[in-house]
Amino acid sequence: MNPANYLYLAALLFTIGAFGVLIRRNAIVVFMCVELMLNAANLTLVAFSRMHGNLDGQIMAFFVMVVAAAEVVVGLAIIVMLYRSRHSASVDDASLMKL
Amino acid sequence: MSADPSIQAASGVHTLWTHAAEAPSIEFLQLSPALIVLGAAVVAVLVEAFAPRSARYALQVGLSALALAGALAAVIGLAAGGWATEKAAVIGIGSLALDGPALFLQGVILAVGLVSVGTFAERRLEPVAHGARVDSFAAQPAAVPGGPGEREAIKAGWTTTEIFPLLLFAVGGMLLFPAANDLLTLFIALEVFSLPLYLLCALSRRRRLLSQEAAVKYFLLGAFSSAFLIFGIALLYGYAGTVSYAGIAAVVDGSVENPSPALAAAMGNDALLLVGAALVLMGLLFKVGAVPFHMWTPDVYQGAPTPVTGFMAAATKVAAFGALLRLLYVVLPGLSWDWRPVLWGVAILSMVVGAIVAITQTDVKRLLAYSSIAHAGFILAGVVAVNPQGISSVLFYLLAYSFVTLGAFAVVTLVRDAGGEATHLSKWAGLGRRSPLVAAVFAIFLLAFAGIPLTSGFVGKFAVFKAAAEGGAGVLVVVGVLSSAVAAFFYLRVIVLMFFSEPAAEGPTVAIPSVLTKATIGIAVAATLLLGVLPQYFLDLATQAGVFVR
Repeated sequence: MNPANYLYLAALLFTIGAFGVLIRRNAIVVFMCVELMLNAANLTLVAFSRMHGNLDGQIMAFFVMVVAAAEVVVGLAIIVMLYRSRHSASVDDASLMKL
Repeated sequence: MSADPSIQAASGVHTLWTHAAEAPSIEFLQLSPALIVLGAAVVAVLVEAFAPRSARYALQVGLSALALAGALAAVIGLAAGGWATEKAAVIGIGSLALDGPALFLQGVILAVGLVSVGTFAERRLEPVAHGARVDSFAAQPAAVPGGPGEREAIKAGWTTTEIFPLLLFAVGGMLLFPAANDLLTLFIALEVFSLPLYLLCALSRRRRLLSQEAAVKYFLLGAFSSAFLIFGIALLYGYAGTVSYAGIAAVVDGSVENPSPALAAAMGNDALLLVGAALVLMGLLFKVGAVPFHMWTPDVYQGAPTPVTGFMAAATKVAAFGALLRLLYVVLPGLSWDWRPVLWGVAILSMVVGAIVAITQTDVKRLLAYSSIAHAGFILAGVVAVNPQGISSVLFYLLAYSFVTLGAFAVVTLVRDAGGEATHLSKWAGLGRRSPLVAAVFAIFLLAFAGIPLTSGFVGKFAVFKAAAEGGAGVLVVVGVLSSAVAAFFYLRVIVLMFFSEPAAEGPTVAIPSVLTKATIGIAVAATLLLGVLPQYFLDLATQAGVFVR
């Protein structure tokens, strides 16, 4: 199968993730959309790695996974803290500061 | 097309397994600044786990100060040993650059971190709670604000000493960020300094809902922007088949000999290069806080605990501009006809939007946030110069700006009322009558922000605009000077408010800090005046340091 097809799929996933961040209101869902974007980047890296015939991209994909895991740790801690103080994880409710 | 690469990939794996892998040589001496800071951060986590609660504060403050001072000494030693100039090299198996800009900016970041330890550790500003002196960080960040858990933690006199390992990790990431010499290191360093900063933002003792809101906004937007950055990196990797800066630069220039068929096909695809570079730039401009990627700045600066805001405003900007400079000057000089117009637009927008929106602000921290956006625009004017003066002027500007910012936010922590810091501008009215010294110090910082002669801000702005004019960006200079004039208006308005209006009846009091904050403010004032009155030594230093290793 032509590896370029994986690139199209990755671009599609990235776009879905980016739109999700912009239109969803629940902080957890927004965060999941960011993770989708990271995974789209992973798929791109692996597809390019295959096309170029070197392993750099695959190794980078591992690093991105670790970073995504670290981001989950920090992100969920912050979002859960927000939820416990406000009983809402909506990003629209968090508007104490004027724009 | 598919047969060739798979053979290459297979043979790559094959050699890896059949040949005894040679251990890579690691230059421990040259890597020592980052190793000291990150090693101390790990030790600080262990202190947090094993030391008794009563001993942690002293241990953490001592460890952080010692580590940052040691790393600063290491940077100065490396620079004195010629690593900034003739011995500049690519180290760490090609992942890091050890050259003038890297060492200069690492020195600035470490100095900022060292001074920030003072404001982080300050325990004389908050009123004594239940017999214990406390700092400006939450007693128990996991407890619900105003809930029973928090009350018990305050009663027990707990403090969040985890701020010190977080500070060290953030500084460690920032040391690597401007030195990163491949895109993978760039991304990892970005995350290493961003993740601790997201947490630090959430840890304020007062106004915890604001602080948590700032952390959520910073985290979600920061994660969003780093996703763009990594996708851009993936596209650049697809274009060049490598993530090393030198490798990508060679492919951009078209100076690669005998490219593989896959590389030859990818090199012809400019869309990969342009979109990839644009996405990576977007990620870096977000960290810099340039318009139109600035929306997080005011909220995060306002909500975060003020010591963190000061550290973040100074050090993040230094690290991010260092990485931006290296990316543009080392990786993408062959593309400068494409990125210069974009950065022109971003610089003009940042200067104009930052200066004009700041006029309408009524909160000191938000005012300083918008001023930082305008300053990002001024620094970008030096970046688009694309000449050696551009590099050295940006380096000098970052040095000058970081200490002014640090000092200004340290002064903000002193002006307090019953609810904590009194950040509303109306409360600062008449401050000069009641506390002339504090008001005078803040006035010096505001004059430096405005770029008045005899302060560091003037020399920095002059150097940046001169470089931009020589680089053919005259329009940018005109816009920069005009928006400086607009910005000077609101800085002077604050000074007039402090000195020439009647103090409010129930105005704030100025807390008497310990020697830690006094030292922070003193160093910041000294740096501001020294760089303003006798800038030549530091300008020469920046000029010497202004050459990137390739």
